[in-house]
Amino acid sequence: MADSDLDRGMNSLGNSKKRYSAFSLARNAMSYHQNWQQAWRHAEPKSEYDVIIVGGGGHGLATAYYLASVHGLTNIAVIEKGWLGGGNTGRNTTIIRSNYLWDESAAIYEHAMKLWEGLSQDLNFNIMFSQRGVLTIAHSEHELKEMSRRVHAIRLNGIDSEVLNPAEIKKFIPTINIDQTIRYPVMGGFLQKRGGTARHDAVAWGYARAADDLGVDIIQNCEVTGFRRRGSKLVGVETTKGFIKAKKVGCVTAGHSSVMAEMAGIHLPLASRPLQALVSEPIKPILDTVIMSNAVHMYISQSDKGEMVMGAGVDKYNSYAQRGSWPVPQHMIAAAVELFPFLSRLRMLRHWGGIVDTCPDASPIISKTDIDGLYFNCGWGTGGFKATPGSGHVFADLIANDRPNKIATPYALKRFETGFLIDEHGAAGVAH
Amino acid sequence: MLLIDCPYCGPRNEEEFSCGGEAHIARPLAENPISDAAFGEYLFLRDNTKGVFLERWRHASGCRRWFNAVRDTVSHEFIEIYPMNSKPKSKAGKAAFAANWRRTTDAEAAAQKKGRKS
Repeated sequence: MADSDLDRGMNSLGNSKKRYSAFSLARNAMSYHQNWQQAWRHAEPKSEYDVIIVGGGGHGLATAYYLASVHGLTNIAVIEKGWLGGGNTGRNTTIIRSNYLWDESAAIYEHAMKLWEGLSQDLNFNIMFSQRGVLTIAHSEHELKEMSRRVHAIRLNGIDSEVLNPAEIKKFIPTINIDQTIRYPVMGGFLQKRGGTARHDAVAWGYARAADDLGVDIIQNCEVTGFRRRGSKLVGVETTKGFIKAKKVGCVTAGHSSVMAEMAGIHLPLASRPLQALVSEPIKPILDTVIMSNAVHMYISQSDKGEMVMGAGVDKYNSYAQRGSWPVPQHMIAAAVELFPFLSRLRMLRHWGGIVDTCPDASPIISKTDIDGLYFNCGWGTGGFKATPGSGHVFADLIANDRPNKIATPYALKRFETGFLIDEHGAAGVAH
Repeated sequence: MLLIDCPYCGPRNEEEFSCGGEAHIARPLAENPISDAAFGEYLFLRDNTKGVFLERWRHASGCRRWFNAVRDTVSHEFIEIYPMNSKPKSKAGKAAFAANWRRTTDAEAAAQKKGRKS
């Protein structure tokens, strides 16, 4: 995809917000940081909006921001039942990469990657985007061959990716155990150097502040309880703060997407599962990249605070409980210790779960529905965070123009009828 | 850790079980003329209930037999365990069975027409 396609909605901040800078940090230090401007208003719902976005996570806030900055719509509300970024946006392991096998996936995740590169500047908010590299490790000959094939496909799509041998991996990550006699020997891997991490809360806050600056109302503690329609046309949403009229509604509710869809009489091919993660006590810098392993099924990185951040696959049964079952973190820790023996002496600080909406083909749904004016952006499963800017960007385009653009077209709900699935199971790594 | 009451082996650790997803989905018979939409619905659409859910489980590392369960997806409580090819008897299970959208879909109708029971 050409860079010219990328309308970033730049230079948007400044309508009502003071810019953040090193200078503003110094100036505010003089007054003991008592006089910082409020980052976004606590809006109460108006009676009518052009667009309502349901779900105040990263994807929803990004959608609202791009609707305002790229498409010039300003009468927009983001409705969030809890607090901003309190769902999966604040529960993921913050990994960003775009090394996907299929062309459709490469298009959307690379679209997101290009937006990540420069997002701090676009939003005037330090999202701590760190391109520290993402290395996926192979533990068998077969896995290594499959990886080489994947690397070629990724490179054909113009995305950086390279295969490393065990010696190169050891050089890249001195703490890794490359002994060939262990249960899961490191036989090679592939690296995306442009991959990395970002501070997930800052992504939500940055989008919220920039969207608010453009006039978007962010309404927290307001739950959508139903949709009101006239014939096949949507007229608004019922909420815990009363009925709100809307010309268009975009649902970006992750694990609760099926619940939202049922309210509108739509059935989605989703299963809501807990995805768990945990962090250790903070230690000195020891790992300056992201490591993933499909065979032992875990991924690990070190946060700027020094905590080792770990995650694995989804739980095996449907749940809305935001905690998950115990065997999953047990396996995750066993796998982590296999790769990094020093981890066995670390204590774990926190452990949590988020409810992810998994799709049969492990790819998202970005789609219109049979109801006029109702759109869904869901099914991101275990890998939504990395797509946040790209997802919001193409979803805003879909809502504004009422037709999917080139990137969004393959992600329509219709694919479960036509059979044109985008099967990223196994092709994408552990954290899809 | 859940303790799941296998109807054949008794209470066992959840790690011994695998979950087979939504129960009572009737497979449209191959000879039925069925549209892509109806078959896609059978193949991909799944009930994803928040609350009381009817699903299939298998004692994979034990007797390897299948059974049905009524389970709450918020509390993880197993409300009822009942055999394959039967319907739930508990009040919550009966209500969940009746409330399911799938009982009246095209794919269901195509299967029911041949006298096949879910």
